[in-house]
Amino acid sequence: MNAVLVLIALVTVGTAVAAMSRRSLLHSVLLLTGSWTGVAAFYLWAGAEFAAFAQVLIYVGAISMALLFAVLLTRRSRVDLAPGPAPGSRALYAILAGGAVAGVLVSAVARGSLAAARSPTPAVTVSQLGSLLMGPYAATLLVVGVLLTVALIGAVVLAAGGGGPEKPGGAP
Amino acid sequence: MSPLQLCLVFSSVLFAVGLAGALARSNSILVLLGIELMLNAANLNFIAFWRYGPSPSSAIGVIFVIFAIAVTAAETAVGLALVISIYRHQQNIRLQEASHLKG
Amino acid sequence: MNLSAAHLWLIPALPLLAAAVGSVTPRRGRRLAAGAAIAAMLGALLLSILALRAALADPSAHLTSNFSWFDLGNGAVRLGWLLDPLNAFMCVMVSLVGLLIFIFSVGYMEGDEDFTRFFCFLSLFAAAMLCVVVANSLLLLFIGWELVGLASYLLIGFWFHKPAAAAAAKKAFITTRIGDIGFLLGLVWLYDTTGSLLLYDGGNGVLETHVLGDLASQMLAGGIAASTAIGLLIFCGAAGKSGQFPLHVWLPDAMEGPTPVSALIHAATMVAAGVFLIARIFPLVSADLELASAPLHALTVVAGIGAITALLGAAIAAAQYDLKRILAFSTVSQLGYMMLALGVGSWVAAIFHLLTHAFFKALLFLAAGSAIHAAHHEQDIRQLGGLRGPMRTTYATFAVGMMALAGVPFVFSGFWSKEAILHAASQWSVSQLPLYAGLAGVVLTAFYMTRLLCEVFWGAPRSPAPAHAHESPAVMTLPLVALAVGAIALGFLGTPAWPWLQSRLTGKDVPAHSLLEGGSLMALSVVLVATGLGAGWALYGRRPRVSAADPDPLAAAAPRTFAFLGARMKLDELYAATLGRLNSFGAALADILDRWVWGGAVSLLALLGEFTGFVNRGVDEGGLNAGFDSVSERIRGAGRAYSRAQTGEAHGYLRTLAIAFVVLALLVLLGGGR
Repeated sequence: MNAVLVLIALVTVGTAVAAMSRRSLLHSVLLLTGSWTGVAAFYLWAGAEFAAFAQVLIYVGAISMALLFAVLLTRRSRVDLAPGPAPGSRALYAILAGGAVAGVLVSAVARGSLAAARSPTPAVTVSQLGSLLMGPYAATLLVVGVLLTVALIGAVVLAAGGGGPEKPGGAP
Repeated sequence: MSPLQLCLVFSSVLFAVGLAGALARSNSILVLLGIELMLNAANLNFIAFWRYGPSPSSAIGVIFVIFAIAVTAAETAVGLALVISIYRHQQNIRLQEASHLKG
Repeated sequence: MNLSAAHLWLIPALPLLAAAVGSVTPRRGRRLAAGAAIAAMLGALLLSILALRAALADPSAHLTSNFSWFDLGNGAVRLGWLLDPLNAFMCVMVSLVGLLIFIFSVGYMEGDEDFTRFFCFLSLFAAAMLCVVVANSLLLLFIGWELVGLASYLLIGFWFHKPAAAAAAKKAFITTRIGDIGFLLGLVWLYDTTGSLLLYDGGNGVLETHVLGDLASQMLAGGIAASTAIGLLIFCGAAGKSGQFPLHVWLPDAMEGPTPVSALIHAATMVAAGVFLIARIFPLVSADLELASAPLHALTVVAGIGAITALLGAAIAAAQYDLKRILAFSTVSQLGYMMLALGVGSWVAAIFHLLTHAFFKALLFLAAGSAIHAAHHEQDIRQLGGLRGPMRTTYATFAVGMMALAGVPFVFSGFWSKEAILHAASQWSVSQLPLYAGLAGVVLTAFYMTRLLCEVFWGAPRSPAPAHAHESPAVMTLPLVALAVGAIALGFLGTPAWPWLQSRLTGKDVPAHSLLEGGSLMALSVVLVATGLGAGWALYGRRPRVSAADPDPLAAAAPRTFAFLGARMKLDELYAATLGRLNSFGAALADILDRWVWGGAVSLLALLGEFTGFVNRGVDEGGLNAGFDSVSERIRGAGRAYSRAQTGEAHGYLRTLAIAFVVLALLVLLGGGR
């Protein structure tokens, strides 16, 4: 079991690092999409199929699209795609910060006595999820729905030029 | 190292990568990508604890992740709309130049 | 019909009403002012005659009408009116002489602009003088006394544009004030000792035997009785008002006022007030005569000062050149005679002389005024002369007055009254010096009056001033005639053969003597009068001086004495050099005190205020403002410092978050993970 985990981890982290260090924006977005897929694979491995499904659907499906559109809309010329990583000191400080955070978290994890319950993979069915969503978490669902609506309307307004009176109908 | 610890280490590393990337790059979209990575790392944590944590039978972990993904989607949309606004304003999307809120 | 004591206040009230009317009359209202004054005096005269009738009905009684003025703690301040022969005779004299002088003034002040003001002041004076006369309370008398002084000041300085007149008025007021200080002290002492200032109060009055006995028996340091001390203090006031030595210096200067003023105030009435006062309180000042062991009797001092004044006044009068000054010093001398009479114990003789003197001195002044008026206000006798021809009535009346004053025997009143004084002086047991002084004065009086008559009326005019003189109008000459009649007739009321006046005044029957008793003294005085008249005629009458530049025969005969006497014995200069300098020194001291000490204290307070303000400002600006300012500065600085954290860079914020997270995590991990 662990080997799969390690593999998935390596792939995900690898593509993430590659995405962060590419000059070309398009490459970054596409590589990140691969990273998201890796995350979905992890969800699958852990037994949360619906989460993996949601991840692929939304992240790989919608968000990457949005990102690609944004990239295309905001580029000035073919040449000027993205400036490379910041010169010298900033990159160093960034990596140091990241390293510090990783170090702290890893040391916390390593130190802690997290007794992992060797339990069998829990079974969560979609119907279970559905009844939960309609039951105890219905309010949250509604709130998140409203949130999504508001956010997307706002995003449209912002992107359309800020202050346009008509709201384009049909949220994605 | 238990599987839980492995998962946690995985998510920590992913988080650190996202952080480093967000700090290092000056392109707004890349910064947003870094933030996406960090969010994903947090979601990983949820699933890990749901799978190996004290009460694995409840579906709270999954529910949470679903909601997190939904919110993240909204946030990404808004963020990208902001990027487009910034682009319209200053013709590029270098984050350093968008420092009009300087005190 | 008689007047009771309760209505006596009407006598001073009528002239006071006239004064009130005169004070609001405009300048044009001459007839109103003069008419009111004369009508008031006429009314006062009539009331005085009624009062005299009432008094003579019972001459020994002292009828009083007392009332309380205001309450003061346990007691009350009481005033009152007194009716007895002394008061009544004085009232009649004052109102009669006053009336005649008022009528004379209508003519004399004809050409003056301030006619109405003159009559207002004259009425005020008359009211005050009558108040002095009828008062039963020494306090009321003092009130009238001061008002008389005020009226005198106003009238002496009537022509106040003349600096000499203003200075004379001030001098008169201040000199009499010095005397009045003694008077006031005496009054206060009297009130303190006896608790009353009423003269007759049904047995408790100050002049009544019960109280007098107490006063006479109280001994002070040196064995002097209390009544002596009080009497001498009150005498200070009388000396000031009556021009006794050494307070006589104001009287000659008071001649700056108009001549009717000189006649009324400084001859007949006001200066007589001092004599009247001593006569009024005679029981008080003579209370110590029974104490044979007392070292000092009050009346001895009075007699001494009176004698000195009589001689001094006559001597100086003989060497003066100003017509009115001669008459002024003559008044001083005659007042000295009256004080002398009081001192030797005969207040009756003093009052007799006061009454006759009022008439003939007023006559002399008015006649002199008539002459001065005719000679275009020329007063220097060297410039006058030859007025006998054109001014017959004036000359005749002046001659009557002059003979009365000189004491020409038998016919004129002055002879009889002066005789009474000399007779009393010869009977004085203490000393005969006053008698000798009086006799010497008789010679000098006759001498200088002859000199005056000859210089002014005989001979030929010595300057253009009297050359075109003509007789004064009837309004001025008729009073002269009336006074001349009085100057003759009054004498017969008091001759030793028929002492009507004396008996009426004292209330006791004075036995009549025949003229031969005391005849040696009478013969001596006749001889002295003749000597004086003859000397005067010899020097001035036989060969009158021809021109003004001719030296005075007396000056030629004894130049140094004449000059010394002419300069009034340099007393004014002496006073200026001593008292005047002392006063200036005191004033300078007071000025320094006021300017540097009190002024310095005030300046110091002001400085203190300034300093306080300065400190306050300093505290306010330096302390409070600076405190607040610095705090606000620091807050702003802090704000500025904090705002530096707002770089606007998203990367910076993220970096800060990461580092903070790392630090907190480390804290948790290394701190035991609480």
